[in-house]
Amino acid sequence: MRLLAAAALALALAAPALASDAHPTLAELEGQVMCPICHTTLDQSNSAAAQRIKAFIVRRIRAGDSKSEIEDRLVRDFGPSILAQPPKRGFDLLAWLLPICGLLVGALAVGFAAWRWTRTREPERALAAVGPLDPQLERRLDEELRHFDE
Amino acid sequence: MPRLVKLGAQALAVAAVAGLFALLVWRVVHQNRNTVAVQVAHGKTGPAPAFNLPRLDGHGRVSLASLRGKAVIVNFWASWCAPCKREAPQLERSWKAHSGQGLVVLGIDANDVSGDARHFARKLGLTYPLVHAPTTIWDDWGVTGVPETFFVDRRGRLVDVHVAGPVLDGGNKAQFERGIRLALRS
Repeated sequence: MRLLAAAALALALAAPALASDAHPTLAELEGQVMCPICHTTLDQSNSAAAQRIKAFIVRRIRAGDSKSEIEDRLVRDFGPSILAQPPKRGFDLLAWLLPICGLLVGALAVGFAAWRWTRTREPERALAAVGPLDPQLERRLDEELRHFDE
Repeated sequence: MPRLVKLGAQALAVAAVAGLFALLVWRVVHQNRNTVAVQVAHGKTGPAPAFNLPRLDGHGRVSLASLRGKAVIVNFWASWCAPCKREAPQLERSWKAHSGQGLVVLGIDANDVSGDARHFARKLGLTYPLVHAPTTIWDDWGVTGVPETFFVDRRGRLVDVHVAGPVLDGGNKAQFERGIRLALRS
């Protein structure tokens, strides 16, 4: 049952991604393609170079190219740095894996620290578990405190 | 033992931060230090960086090594650059006037859609060799904008002249002519 639910969720998420690849929009690609002169994404640049790249994307969308075909053409002309996200292969894969590894290591460190902390708190809890004071001892303590106040 | 582990972890964290800081300092210090533009500005006229780039028209490739024995004007341009449009006819005239003496004008189109660049060259009737390069060539040569022009002599060495901006404007014209003279003289 769980497996079916997971498969349905995966399909539900994959469908828009596939549709986006087959029918990309300029707005979508503007956020994923860099302006090589200003080093920002196209949606943040109005430079002449950025305008030309936007016009090229519009032409390719009208010609029926998919998102990956347009990206491939841009990489052929400009090199891989034209894409805002590094490719998920070779050395560039590190850019994707390192943050995940960092998060995992961080989570492990926090978990270990929490475990250590709870262990050191146990003796305090043991102390708190001790019952009320002996009435004689309590009386003596009160007398001494009173004497101390005077 | 836990104290040792704690000290070890702290030392590791400090070492990691120091390492990243050292990397940042190294990157800042070495940034653009060895580009062609910086070398020429310091009067260092060593060998020009080798390249082998596809022709813009798609017919073969051009390498700098294949032009050894000729004086080469290396001109960086892009189709979206208005000053490049103004200076291209001058480059065409220089190429036609000096080709008999062994001068080649090589136009390197970069940071540009190659289809737009082909249209640009057709429209202006450019006949000198044009190649298309990936974005990284700007970093290798220290190009900060287009047009920019360098000169390589017959032995493949850089000439002590660098024209930033159109070769027609103001002092650039005199520098351009000096670059041609020095490159041809070698």
